[in-house]
Amino acid sequence: MNLKEKLIASFIAFENQVDLDNPVHEIRSEAIRNFEQKGFPHRKMEAWKYTSLDRLQKVDFSLFPSKDNDLEYRDVKKYFLHEVDTYKIVFIDGIYSSYLSETTHDGVDICLMSSALSKPIYKPIIDVYFNKAASREETLTSLNTAFTREGAYIYIPKHKAPRKPIEIVHFSTGNEAALMLQPRNLIIVEENAELQVIERHQSLTGNETLTNSVTEVFAAKNAIVDYYKVQNDRESASLIDNTYIRQKDNSQVSVHTFSFGGKLTRNNLNFYQDGEHIQSTLKGVTILGEKQHVDHHTLVHHQQPHCESHQDYKGIYGERSTGVFNGKIIVDRLAQKTNAFQQNNNLLISDKASVNTKPQLEIFADDVRCSHGCTIGQLDQDALFYLQARGIPKKEAAALLMYAFANNVLESVRLPELKLRINKLIAQKLGVRLGFEL
Amino acid sequence: MLKIKNLHASVEDKKILKGINLEVNPGEIHAIMGPNGSGKSTLASVIAGREDFQITRGKIEFDGEDLDDMAPEERAHKGIFLSFQYPVEIPGVTVTNFIRTAINETRKARGLEEMPANQMLKMIREKAELLDIDRKFLSRSLNEGFSGGEKKRNEIFQMAMLEPKLAILDETDSGLDIDALRIVANGVNKLRTPENAVIVITHYQRLLEYIVPDFVHVLHNGKIAKSGTKELALELEEKGYDWIKQEAVL
Ligand SMILES: Nc1ncnc2c1ncn2[C@@H]1O[C@H](COP(=O)(O)OP(=O)(O)O)[C@@H](O)[C@H]1O
Ligand SMILES: [Mg+2]
Repeated sequence: MNLKEKLIASFIAFENQVDLDNPVHEIRSEAIRNFEQKGFPHRKMEAWKYTSLDRLQKVDFSLFPSKDNDLEYRDVKKYFLHEVDTYKIVFIDGIYSSYLSETTHDGVDICLMSSALSKPIYKPIIDVYFNKAASREETLTSLNTAFTREGAYIYIPKHKAPRKPIEIVHFSTGNEAALMLQPRNLIIVEENAELQVIERHQSLTGNETLTNSVTEVFAAKNAIVDYYKVQNDRESASLIDNTYIRQKDNSQVSVHTFSFGGKLTRNNLNFYQDGEHIQSTLKGVTILGEKQHVDHHTLVHHQQPHCESHQDYKGIYGERSTGVFNGKIIVDRLAQKTNAFQQNNNLLISDKASVNTKPQLEIFADDVRCSHGCTIGQLDQDALFYLQARGIPKKEAAALLMYAFANNVLESVRLPELKLRINKLIAQKLGVRLGFEL
Repeated sequence: MLKIKNLHASVEDKKILKGINLEVNPGEIHAIMGPNGSGKSTLASVIAGREDFQITRGKIEFDGEDLDDMAPEERAHKGIFLSFQYPVEIPGVTVTNFIRTAINETRKARGLEEMPANQMLKMIREKAELLDIDRKFLSRSLNEGFSGGEKKRNEIFQMAMLEPKLAILDETDSGLDIDALRIVANGVNKLRTPENAVIVITHYQRLLEYIVPDFVHVLHNGKIAKSGTKELALELEEKGYDWIKQEAVL
């Protein structure tokens, strides 16, 4: 049985476990039909030309881990942003860990998708928002929708901001030989409300993990959301991240994606601007080695006038790693005075590494400013010589230049402790000794 | 200290240096002048170890050691400093972080401990003052958006921090107004000791009024066409380079 067959076969058993009267039952059924019809995406599809899921489909993943697994905080502390106090929504092999988590209902709801789906008080919100940003066409999103059960549920009412950032962390323990996870997050930030989220997926052993995650974010008028994705997983972990963001007037949403590890990572990041004077920020730092692969597919859909989007992705590819950046910008006829900026710069530091980068612009308005650029290059030899001539050995000089290249993406990170962490991670990845404070 | 013997160098099969002989001893100041394209910057780069240039004949010795096969950083660790004609902009690395890294790498290569932070700060403060450099300047990205003059002053600041045995100043005067020129020249002079030496590459004799050379060499078409004392610089200023070119042809 291949993975598709296995998933479809287990769907009925899955639905029997959860509540059939659930309002999302219909949505699930529709979703599994879409997945059944289309199956996994394949290389013949333009959007999947450079990323193959063939190997993963042959792995015998367990879909429902059988037992609860415990972790001690001290063993996994380093995966949290422990320098600051945070709310935590933590899952171990897909199952909520109340022990490692810190949730709240104090003015804001920072809790679980499973309770939001089952408790009547959340029903009005689920009816309005659940699966309303996520695609009904994308087959992997449908697959996730069909198996929606657990994840983070965050609701920030008008004029509220949680006292501290929220960490959503998924651990996989390796107790299953191979595990497939499908977390589902729903995040609603009402008018004038604010939110900061850090999301991380972390395998703790070398056993294979495949995560197919869907996150929906709704930012109402004047809302401010900063979302940080830390992707620094082991060689045994693959991640397909599908994030859908809907923004209303004057809202500001930023997503920073730090891709430093994992075997295969696919980021489908979609912004829909449904209002005026919206700002969307998409930033990425990718530093890969070994045979790692990252594919960034971004979409910004400008639907209304006077909005901005700002994309800046930087990649450093070593050894036999491969990368993709595909940035699509759609500007509707209505969306006059759009200002869309997109930049993707890559350094190849090994002959065997490669990158494919492609902007895709569909512009139907005439009074817009769209700029885009992509580069693939090697380190600047003049700069290298300059540093060497001042006594900095070639290897360190190269690392310093790469560090500087990647690091400027961090300027927009508004959480100082996270910024420092990422700074250090970048330095560590590149073998730069930070002999100075940052 | 520096002995260059019959040095020939090319880039991509293009011959640029065609038999340079030059000896620089401790305590000396040499000026190298010459028209554009005569090979002055190439000579400086070759001494500093730029790999794009191939030495096809001859050799360079520094303190009795053959520089051939020595990486640029090793030469720097031995005390060779090049002030670039066109300093490179390096966004994301501040002047201070850069200089700290350079100093500590050099110390490491010489088997010394890292310089303690407070000592480093004190030194930075002193040298910045010597060159009349604003402290704010030091936290900016290296050379990024600096004016021509700021870049040159920053080069000399780094020289002051690294205290090289041999400093090669490649057109450090270009881009400097007269006040800045005086400050920079004054800085260079203050750093002089009987043990170190300076090679000043320049077009104009202006700088040489402040940094007075013991010897002046005129480079033309990859060769030293004429050597003399500081009076030669004055003569060049008066007559231009044409007479050298003619002499060289003869
Ligand atoms: N990297 C290079 N590639 C090709 N030609 C070069 C390169 N660097 C210098 N040259 C050539 O070598 C000659 C000498 O240049 P340079 O040393 O910069 O002269 P100067 O500093 O005296 O003006 C010029 O003809 C220049 O075009
Ligand atoms: Mg020159």
